[in-house]
Amino acid sequence: MLNVKVHNLNLKNPVMTASGTFGYGEEFSDFIDLERLGAFIVKGTTGTHREGNPYPRMVETPSGMLNAVGLQNGGVEKFCSTVYPRIQHLDTNIIVNVSGSSIDEYCTVAEQVNELDRVPAIELNISCPNVKKGGMGFGTDPAMASQVVTAVRKVYHKTLIVKLTPNVTSIAEIAKAVEGAGADSVSLINTLLGAAIDVEHRRPYLSTITGGLSGPAVKPVAVRMVWQVAHAVKIPVIGLGGIMSASDALEFMMAGATAVQVGTANFIDPSVTMKIIDGMEEYCHRHGIKDINEIIGIV
Amino acid sequence: MKEIHDFTIVCRRQLGDQYFSLVLQHQGTMPAVCPGQFVEVLVDDCREVMLRRPISVHDVDAEKNTLSLLVQIVGKGTRRLATLQCGDKLNLVYPLGHGFSTNIASDSRVLMVGGGAGIAPLLYLSKVLSSKHIRPTILLGGRTASLIPVRSEFEPYGSVGIATDDGSMGYRGIVTQHPDFGKEYDIIYSCGPTPMMKAVAKSAAQRGIRCEVSLENMMACGLGACLCCVTDTDEGHKCVCKEGPVFDISVMKKWYE
Ligand SMILES: Cc1cc2nc3c(=O)[nH]c(=O)nc-3n(C[C@H](O)[C@H](O)[C@H](O)COP(=O)(O)OP(=O)(O)OC[C@H]3O[C@@H](n4cnc5c(N)ncnc54)[C@H](O)[C@@H]3O)c2cc1C
Ligand SMILES: Cc1cc2nc3c(=O)[nH]c(=O)nc-3n(C[C@H](O)[C@H](O)[C@H](O)COP(=O)(O)O)c2cc1C
Ligand code: FES
Repeated sequence: MLNVKVHNLNLKNPVMTASGTFGYGEEFSDFIDLERLGAFIVKGTTGTHREGNPYPRMVETPSGMLNAVGLQNGGVEKFCSTVYPRIQHLDTNIIVNVSGSSIDEYCTVAEQVNELDRVPAIELNISCPNVKKGGMGFGTDPAMASQVVTAVRKVYHKTLIVKLTPNVTSIAEIAKAVEGAGADSVSLINTLLGAAIDVEHRRPYLSTITGGLSGPAVKPVAVRMVWQVAHAVKIPVIGLGGIMSASDALEFMMAGATAVQVGTANFIDPSVTMKIIDGMEEYCHRHGIKDINEIIGIV
Repeated sequence: MKEIHDFTIVCRRQLGDQYFSLVLQHQGTMPAVCPGQFVEVLVDDCREVMLRRPISVHDVDAEKNTLSLLVQIVGKGTRRLATLQCGDKLNLVYPLGHGFSTNIASDSRVLMVGGGAGIAPLLYLSKVLSSKHIRPTILLGGRTASLIPVRSEFEPYGSVGIATDDGSMGYRGIVTQHPDFGKEYDIIYSCGPTPMMKAVAKSAAQRGIRCEVSLENMMACGLGACLCCVTDTDEGHKCVCKEGPVFDISVMKKWYE
């Protein structure tokens, strides 16, 4: 009833977890059955080890939070040699979020992840607002976005999802560019660039001054963008941004998303993804829906 | 094993105007909790607060299946928690983090240095050490006497010394100037304001005394998933919520210097 398909990926249900909010999945194994997830997307992985930005890296804002983690991770080799062996047995789709600051770096990571049997897809993060070089730079210009996707497409042979940034004038234009360059799917949105200032201490809350906004505050923007992109491209769209409940998730699907990702909500309730899956099932029963695909893009 | 659980508040005590304590009852059996570990509290029905708030485990009573928290009111979330009454429910994700080392020799000479809300985890720590027949020296510091809550709770477990900036209770001055601070110890545990812990760490390092500090960085997930809470260490960034909040200062030179 909840099965969906994103390119070649068969998902038990449309619920995935968002990169950077779910660690390597293991952090949540006391709270949920990871194998019930449609897919989970691991932390942003780069060519080499990264320390990320200095502390403080987060601040809560109305109905959301700003983060400036800056892609802290052990690098792709460490992922393949130490993390992958620990999680590869899981019976769900494990997707690696591939990040970088040059086309070469994206390609190196994608090439190495291509060798991992139990990783059927990558999510190419051309939208991180928290790194100085690259990251969002690639995702804000259609020509550059197309260039990096074309290059990765040559070395990566499984499902290629490209994650888009909302920090652009026309997200549909970027989506069309990456579709043209060979992306199999797009996911959106990454965080919205924001800032917050501590007026008592007269200083920014984040070491980097600006950071990425996530959580319920961004949801209407995300739903609007998913709707626009779903009308602009033919490849499946994965929707995210502020999803806290099954009805939020269904909202994205009606706007045109084939699957959804849950991010910040995991921090508030580590078992939220299970509740969202249960809630979707319950919705289908209540509305006499036999196949969740019936509601995709009905708006 | 970590869990999410709705506790019931069975006792609430106001301690001066800045602090309150809550005793929370578990409906089933609580998983084992180590001193220095913390809980992530869901602040319900509060428009301004979305993320959980990290609070140390102040005490555990395994027989009664209760866990207590000592909270200082500093902002939106803690102000809302202060309005909760007996009978209300409180949702916790716990036990989280890596606590204090309690696996020490029974003849160890132990010093604990706490300040402000940082004294919270030291009570449960003293209780666990006392079950090993260790009687620590416990130094509690604050700007003024009213900022040193629950002093008497510590008295059964060790010899308690107080330092206040204004001399309203105990020694007048900061806690690292207290006469008992400079004595010989095998291990020092500290939790409190960062400048205090850094002073404790520096002194311990100079004197070659083993020392553990408990950090209070801002957190989002509390589970080691988001990497928002990192601290600088000699071995690079470490997660305070997972690899900490308690760190041995032997890897924290970069932090305290
Ligand atoms: C591992 C750990 C254990 C803790 N144990 C205790 C405890 O036992 N008792 C207790 O009273 N407090 C404890 N704290 C601190 C507590 O988490 C914060 O005081 C609380 O989150 C503030 O929430 P608020 O909504 O009231 O404040 P906000 O309205 O969010 O902020 C108000 C002010 O408090 C400061 N603040 C916010 N969060 C923190 C934080 N995590 N650490 C320090 N300052 C903060 C902000 O800078 C701001 O100036 C602990 C923190 C950590 C990380
Ligand atoms: C702490 C944190 C870290 C993140 N790290 C990454 C990352 O490494 N790669 C990435 O593509 N997105 C990252 N994101 C963005 C999320 O995957 C997601 O796009 C965004 O948070 C919006 O969804 P949400 O509102 O459900 O959280 C991060 C978000 C947060 C809050
Ligand atoms: S708070 Fe998320 S990793 Fe520590």
